[in-house]
Amino acid sequence: MATFVKPLTASATRTTPTKIRSNSELAWRRFKKNRLAMLGLITIILLLLMVIIGPFLYTASPIKTDPLQAYQKPFSKFFFGTDDVGRDVLARVLFGGRISLSVGIAAMAISITLGTIIGAFAGFFGGALDFALMRITDLFQALPIVPLLLLVTYLFRDTVRKTFGADLGIFMIIVGVIGALTWMTNARLVRSSFLALKEREFVEASRALGVNRLPIMFKHILPNSIGPIIVAATLNIGAAILTESTVSFLGLGFPSDVPTWGKLAADGKDWIDIAPHVILIPAFFIFLTALAVNFAGDGLRDALDPRRQG
Amino acid sequence: MWTYFLRRTLIAIPTLIAISFVIFALLSLAPGDPMAQFATNPEVPPEVRENMRRSLGLDQPWPVRYWKWLVLLPQGDWGWSFAARKPVLDFIGERMPQTLAVVGVSYFLSVLIAIPIGVYTAARPRTWLSYLVSVLSMAGISLPTFLSGTVFLLIFSVMLRDTPFGLPMIYDTQLKVKDWGSFVLQIRQSAMPIMVLALFTAGSMTRFVRSSMLENLPMDYVRTARAKGLGERVVIMKHALRNSLIPVVTLVAIGIPTIFAGAIITEQIFRVNGIGELLITSINRSDTPVVMGIVFIFAIMVVFSSLIADIVYGLLDPRIKFS
Repeated sequence: MATFVKPLTASATRTTPTKIRSNSELAWRRFKKNRLAMLGLITIILLLLMVIIGPFLYTASPIKTDPLQAYQKPFSKFFFGTDDVGRDVLARVLFGGRISLSVGIAAMAISITLGTIIGAFAGFFGGALDFALMRITDLFQALPIVPLLLLVTYLFRDTVRKTFGADLGIFMIIVGVIGALTWMTNARLVRSSFLALKEREFVEASRALGVNRLPIMFKHILPNSIGPIIVAATLNIGAAILTESTVSFLGLGFPSDVPTWGKLAADGKDWIDIAPHVILIPAFFIFLTALAVNFAGDGLRDALDPRRQG
Repeated sequence: MWTYFLRRTLIAIPTLIAISFVIFALLSLAPGDPMAQFATNPEVPPEVRENMRRSLGLDQPWPVRYWKWLVLLPQGDWGWSFAARKPVLDFIGERMPQTLAVVGVSYFLSVLIAIPIGVYTAARPRTWLSYLVSVLSMAGISLPTFLSGTVFLLIFSVMLRDTPFGLPMIYDTQLKVKDWGSFVLQIRQSAMPIMVLALFTAGSMTRFVRSSMLENLPMDYVRTARAKGLGERVVIMKHALRNSLIPVVTLVAIGIPTIFAGAIITEQIFRVNGIGELLITSINRSDTPVVMGIVFIFAIMVVFSSLIADIVYGLLDPRIKFS
């Protein structure tokens, strides 16, 4: 396309000098313009506030059973009704959210850390190490995630529970397995980003200044490839929450005394015709969280991509 | 190019062996004895238990058992189910048709939904319909199948129970299709699992078609086609769509294992006696050989679907160079 170089007009130069904005400021401006992404972000913040502060404000017990109050409808005496043994669904949703959201965040942290380290080493050093790490990545990519997750959780549940206690043990195994089975995409992202960045001048400059290889990798190159990592991290949280709820729904995740959203939905699955709210409410919160996280992640991807000028 | 395909196919075999080794090791090293149910039963004397262990080959160390499993695998002997006392492959063969039918139909449906919607919204990106579709497809991705499944159950089996739209709540596993009536019944009882899985897949597929179209529409060849005076319809349907579908075809191949994993949930909700239901039951009753077989089938699906994706991509896209 032929473009004409416009001469700078006097009016353009004389107006107040436009503020020079940093990349992150520009990204934030682009993000703010995306209404769905902003809505997603606000929803995430509200959900976090709800599960963090909620149980302090709404002090009903999430585990106390009361057979006389079973199957209460929502918006009656109980805001979200009660389940088959008369437990308060709102209290259970608030407590369950804490676990579900922590599972999402912790699993994301593991998967992103693993992926970043493996991708960074493969991309930076290349050669035989790159080949070996990428074959391992290929192998992991070929693993059937959901069946394996179900299997590993079931097989090692009792041992881990004995070692680390009931709640923490099961939390660790679910988070660990989800993290260990989902780092591959991020590893590829980081690797390709490192492959491109390690040839750049600033890396050569730091090398000439005598900076060691590890600081070059993690202090100089990594901050430049943080954009795609943040996007992958955001989307990972949603995926991890969905995965945990799947495993719990199938009865192979958290034990019945730990109310995660997936577990709550599983508790309600036998009462669909008499008390549908018991399954619908927690399932809706899973949906809402995943949707908000996906919209925010999508908006983040667009905002951090400098080719898209909005 | 053919040497590339051949090499790619040959790599798949050691990958599968490595995966099967990992799964076998996990199953063998895990605490929990498949004989536990007999161990707790006081009626089973210890020597009988020992005999059973020996007859099942469980007295040997696990690497030996793995080797035997691997050698017998190509001969169609996938082991023997502890719980059902029949060959694993027969057991899986009984359950596979139900899953294949539901997954196959829903996958086909979701492609049929995704391509026209994705193309239409990409051609008119700034209309309210296009925004609505992008919100809905994101919702489809974020929707846990047990939520959509429950909502369908509530609508079709509870609210519309006495209307012609009512659908059976529980899948009749004894139903055999032999005439028109039983065929209609079979379709009616498979309708909800199919809808849930189609919805689950259509979301991500629509997004993919749409973004692939959006990438192709500003390309020079599209402008050239328009400049030649071709109608907008021909430009979009023939020129842009053909090129946009290349990555979509690979996504369709890669997505096969995902929809099978989704079937694990829908089979629980609608009580379909498919392979996912068998997996959960077998895990719960420590029927290790069956679990091994099913997880291995999932691994085969993952490896071969990515193999097919690579090959199809190579055949469809002339720009791909093989070295």
